[in-house]
Amino acid sequence: MDAFEILFTASFWVAAIRIASPLIFATMGELICERAGVLNLGIEGIMTAGAFAGWFTVYAGGDLWTGVLVAALAGAMFGLLHATLTVPLSLSQHVVGIGVTLLATSLTYFTYRLVLPEVTSPPKIEPFQPLPIPGLSQIPLFGEALFSQTPLTYLAFVTVAVVAWVLYRTPVGLAVRAAGENPSAVEAQGISVTGIRMGAVMVGSALMAVGGAFLTMSAFNSFFFEMINGRGWICIALVVFGSWRPGKALLGAILFAAFDAYQVRLQQLSGGIVPYQVFLMMPYALSILALILVARRATYPKALMIPYQKGER
Amino acid sequence: MSIASQPPVLRLSGITKRFGPLVANDAISFELERGEVIALLGENGAGKTTLMNILFGHYVADEGSVEAFGQPLQPGDPRAALDAGIGMVHQHFTLADNMTVLENIALGTQSLWLPRLDRAVARLRIEQLSADFGLAVDPAAVVSSLSVGERQRVEILKALYRDARILILDEPTAVLTPAETDALFRTLKLLVAKGLSIIFISHKLHEVMAVSDRVLVLRSGRLAGERATAATDRKELAALMVGQEVKPAEVTAVEPGDALLVLDTVSTGRRNGAALDGVSLTLRAGEITGLAGVSGNGQAALAALLAGTESPIAGTVVIGGRQIGDWSPKAALGHGIARIPEDRHAVGTIGDMSVTENVIAERYASPRFSRMGFLDWKAARNFAEQIIADYDVKCPSPEARIRLLSGGNMQKLILGRALDPEPSVILASQPTRGLDVGAVAYVHRMLLAARQRGAAILLISEDLEEILALSDRIVVMSKGRLSSPSARGERSIRELGELMAGHGEEGAKDAA
Repeated sequence: MDAFEILFTASFWVAAIRIASPLIFATMGELICERAGVLNLGIEGIMTAGAFAGWFTVYAGGDLWTGVLVAALAGAMFGLLHATLTVPLSLSQHVVGIGVTLLATSLTYFTYRLVLPEVTSPPKIEPFQPLPIPGLSQIPLFGEALFSQTPLTYLAFVTVAVVAWVLYRTPVGLAVRAAGENPSAVEAQGISVTGIRMGAVMVGSALMAVGGAFLTMSAFNSFFFEMINGRGWICIALVVFGSWRPGKALLGAILFAAFDAYQVRLQQLSGGIVPYQVFLMMPYALSILALILVARRATYPKALMIPYQKGER
Repeated sequence: MSIASQPPVLRLSGITKRFGPLVANDAISFELERGEVIALLGENGAGKTTLMNILFGHYVADEGSVEAFGQPLQPGDPRAALDAGIGMVHQHFTLADNMTVLENIALGTQSLWLPRLDRAVARLRIEQLSADFGLAVDPAAVVSSLSVGERQRVEILKALYRDARILILDEPTAVLTPAETDALFRTLKLLVAKGLSIIFISHKLHEVMAVSDRVLVLRSGRLAGERATAATDRKELAALMVGQEVKPAEVTAVEPGDALLVLDTVSTGRRNGAALDGVSLTLRAGEITGLAGVSGNGQAALAALLAGTESPIAGTVVIGGRQIGDWSPKAALGHGIARIPEDRHAVGTIGDMSVTENVIAERYASPRFSRMGFLDWKAARNFAEQIIADYDVKCPSPEARIRLLSGGNMQKLILGRALDPEPSVILASQPTRGLDVGAVAYVHRMLLAARQRGAAILLISEDLEEILALSDRIVVMSKGRLSSPSARGERSIRELGELMAGHGEEGAKDAA
């Protein structure tokens, strides 16, 4: 099999969509935060917390969907912390975001050690199983890639549609977009900017946590340290790549995941002549290139990262 | 019941608001009747906007209360104000540029938790209101594509959409062309005819005289006077506003001298917004050239060109008879161009540095202020003290951070810094924007004195009155191009307005 043929194998696309799923959740989460005007750099830590919370719920006897819910709640709580500091208290979104990432990550590892003190190899759970959709999954290549995934992957795609609908078709989405563009427009129409922004950050953070939980509950079946491995930061770039639009961000996530799945297969093909690190590097190098090409003309939300104080202008 | 005995639509009683030691509003009371236009007149910092922000719920008053239509208004809640029928058109538009007109107007008018924004209903109502009040605007247009006048119409529609019965307009004409201002005044008349009441905030006397039934004058946070518009005049209002009589700057005849700066078909890039497109202009000694235009038509690029922050991409610039080569802010200063920048906070000063540091900022490397690469702080401080004394700047000390100064005092420091080396060319970009009447007169006197001395001055201003009062010659900029110059009094305000609107010199002649 040569490097080109890989692109036409179903297993490659199945893997790409699977790798994309956690990115899709977390990218939608970050997109909601940023659309409301808040950069959420807590994403990496919130994903870690979500990965642990979901997995541990199932390990402790909860069912899988309860695990997803607990992960989302854990994310929303860290979102509440982030939002409280950045929205009503107007602290630097950069500093708070990095703080939340460090706090959430460390707290997660600490909790892990606290509840599983004697464990040397991470315990496993029974994760979400693939649920092929009858008929659709029989379509060669793309049908198989899209419709023989786990329920959480389907949920990721549904999330994109819901986020797009809410942002562009509903009154609350209008308020979120206006809060990120010109918060005084929101206040002048009698809506609380603080309420909208805090709500957006909490919902966005919940999605990030579900993205993290996908890793422990669908892609893999256990929790280990460093497993988020920079995925959160990639999602920040994906939001820019997608020009703050859900559909384009989804494309970006799939593109990145495809690069990632591709480099793994190239590693196997190269037979060890090229150091494997070169392949590992590839998706990131290509992401930077894509950002340069696509995102230069991106129009970002004008009030992004600007704290809003009532009555001030 | 007769009309006269109807209760007032709005009653403010004893409104007081303090910001630290500053009393922004001091026990202000007034009433607004149905179908009445009140003008709230006052200098910058007199407390007009603060008062309206209290009324609209952006601020909470420390004392006093507001009643709308006989009901007490809950303080500190814009929603309560909106529900009570109070609409506000803010000085800085509160529109989200990335959204459509319809979305901006509908924002907050439908329950947030509806699964779908009802666009059809909103569109119908907007179209109806547009037709009723002559506020033409396309509901589907994205706000960023609209002109300033159109954006203001959207703001008014926002208020009408919510059934506002009381409309507050905060400095609504500051950004409009004369024609747009006329259109706004016509709209206001329509609104009043339908029974709305209007509070019109302004510091422009002629507008106040033109639209209002009654004038309230605010000075330093207090109600300094109340007059029926029909029974007062501009002179009296100006005196009430400032607390003393204001003498306008006198213009004496000066014979224009040599051409000190000549632009010959100069074009620039788009770094400063609209680009210059083949602009030719001659600035002569002892002459003030006024540049009128709606902001965003290339004035910024021309100012940047003279200031040295923008280089020509085509055409030639000749200063003092010599064509310039490498062009930079340093070269501009070296050629004797003094600069009074448009934005004194962002460009004219460095807010967190001291007055002394700011006044030497353009010349810190000159032998006067430095020796062998070390700053001569004594000379710098003397210079700062000299400007503070000569220009009557009110500031705690030369060590004070400059951002703590009021706009007028900051502008005096910038003037002192610019005029001290007796520059041959002066670029004055919006030199009186945001200043009160007293400071405006002072700036005008200083510019006229420099003209007397033989400086060539380019005065860029959005205030047509200012241009007409000071300029020996007037040019109008539109879409990066300059009109032919006209001598003092040669073109009427309407002709200039047509040129500003980009209708060309033919259009201007038709209007005349």
